[in-house]
Amino acid sequence: MKYPRTSAALGCLIALMVTACGNKTPTDGLSGVVQGTGASSMKSAQEVWVAQFQTAHPGVTVNYSPDGSGAGRTAFADGAAAFAGSDRALEDAEMAAPSRQCAADTTPINLPVQISTIHIIFNIGGVGELTLSAEVLAKIFTGQITNWADPQIADVNPGIALPDLPITPVHRSDDSGTTESFTGALAQIAPATWTEGPVNRWPTRYGGEAAQGTSGVVAAVQQGNGTIGYADASGVTDAMASARYSPDGIATPVGPTAEAASAVVAASPRLEGRGINDWTLELDRTASGYPFILVSYAIACSRYADSHTGEIVGAYLSQVISEEGQNGAVPQAGNVPLSGELAASIREAAATIR
Amino acid sequence: MSDDIRSIETVDESLMADHGNVGDAAFRGISTGSGGIIMVILAAVAVFLIAQAAPAITTGDPRYGNLWGYVAPYLFGTIWISFLALLIAVPVSVGIALYISHYAPKKLATPVAFVVDLLAAVPSIVFGLWGITTLAPMLVPAHQWLTEYLGFIPLFSGTASGTGRTMLTASLVLAIMVLPIITSLTREVFLRTPKLQEEASLALGATKWEMIRQVVLPFGRSGIVAASMLGLGRALGETMAVAMVLSGGRMISPRLLTSENPNTIAANIALGFAEADSGGVHRLIATGLVLFAITIVVNMAGRLITGGPRKESR
Repeated sequence: MKYPRTSAALGCLIALMVTACGNKTPTDGLSGVVQGTGASSMKSAQEVWVAQFQTAHPGVTVNYSPDGSGAGRTAFADGAAAFAGSDRALEDAEMAAPSRQCAADTTPINLPVQISTIHIIFNIGGVGELTLSAEVLAKIFTGQITNWADPQIADVNPGIALPDLPITPVHRSDDSGTTESFTGALAQIAPATWTEGPVNRWPTRYGGEAAQGTSGVVAAVQQGNGTIGYADASGVTDAMASARYSPDGIATPVGPTAEAASAVVAASPRLEGRGINDWTLELDRTASGYPFILVSYAIACSRYADSHTGEIVGAYLSQVISEEGQNGAVPQAGNVPLSGELAASIREAAATIR
Repeated sequence: MSDDIRSIETVDESLMADHGNVGDAAFRGISTGSGGIIMVILAAVAVFLIAQAAPAITTGDPRYGNLWGYVAPYLFGTIWISFLALLIAVPVSVGIALYISHYAPKKLATPVAFVVDLLAAVPSIVFGLWGITTLAPMLVPAHQWLTEYLGFIPLFSGTASGTGRTMLTASLVLAIMVLPIITSLTREVFLRTPKLQEEASLALGATKWEMIRQVVLPFGRSGIVAASMLGLGRALGETMAVAMVLSGGRMISPRLLTSENPNTIAANIALGFAEADSGGVHRLIATGLVLFAITIVVNMAGRLITGGPRKESR
């Protein structure tokens, strides 16, 4: 009585396993496992892309571990990860040191795959709208303007009653690509006030409140009073107030919208002296639009020593930069989809990876 | 008769000697091995730290100078926050321990002791979350009051933090985390006070408080110190709760109520590791080596104060 039932169950299990295996049979010849490591800011988007890619190529498994940009670049250089997600492109020195997994005499390529806006969120007892000029913003974050009632803030916010309240500027306490982009923007738009250049750890001498991670900054801003901070779009809800930016305080202010972010990308030239398929951007944040954007790169070999890996990475990154990939990630990651000529060029570059 | 006895004895002896030897040898081997593994692990950690830290020790960084220049503010922060946490935790712990051991009715003593032990099982990240979402906002008015009325004291000077994520809040969270360790150890020591001495003191006309002061506290003094040292060890190394609650940077400042506080070594490693380049990794590991050394010194000091390796307990 007992034995037949067990064997029937076993048979079922085997049948299940066979059909499961059957589903995994590659339909397009692509199969294998590829490891990616890198920026935690790309986590949500990568999850969407991996899901899309694995649906299209059931034989392939792509793993992305969001250990951080630095960890990702190290893993890529060591060959522990086939591709890296990074909040900045490789620097010249890093380009010169070849990764073990790239074919001899080839250089890695950097492809911008995720554009996000950095929101300047604030919480000033009931104030719902705020406009900041480059100079005022830099002075707030360097501790030179310390009260919301300061006339310099009032000048760019006519008609808004700001309370007599100390300003608590909140920055990231951890090393972060968001901080590097935000400080990079400040260094470009207000070079006289922000003199530290782009840094991934907040300079101590500018003071202010430090909080861990995007969620930490958001929590500190929400719970405090008179607080202002910067956070990736992915961590900001619609209910939170974001400041708008006007370069000189006179021009029409722009918010962190997709159009305003795309305008900056469109105005930015490619970094010269890199390979034909490398799309490292030299961001020009002063030209137009909303300057606080974060461009995240996928870093890969142009030619892999193992052509099998190269084929999968090439196909994956093509999926990432495709219209479906870029638009598909928006609900989860809140990214600004890359589009038009630039997206087409990056798509072409991704397709050359072997 | 005598033959019988001899034969039984020989059989028994041979059996016992044989089994006893095997079991004894095996158990001694296992114990010695376990003891040895601890030494090997400690040595391995030390070797790893020194090897990985070496590049940062030998070459300075133009931004920070040599390693000491880099680690000094974090070292200050680590010691300062641990000191504050102990300052808060030790008196409270001794109070709780005395309540459990000498004041509470039997029915209450066990549950109170249980709850305190339970506190030790709460993960530090939970304390961190509680710290940033509940305790810090709750303490903001206290921060404002202290800076306004007691701001002339250097510790309370400066602009009060608008979020409450300060040295004061972080050391309070840390104090709550080390409280159960210190409490349960001191409680055990207090419970072991000789009953006869206590009764003799009471018989001589001492009140309960006088008895505790004359008998229990002197008897438990080295136990309190040992417990505090263990608590200090936990406080020095606590990472997650500090990283979440404290608004820290690289600076030396004893102020308790402002947004700008010195960070701790452990929290700084956690915050910097993911994004560090290879030079940064070596530098962070070198700060870990400093923390490792400090912890060893603290433990050794604790042993010295309590008078050699665990004479009084058990």
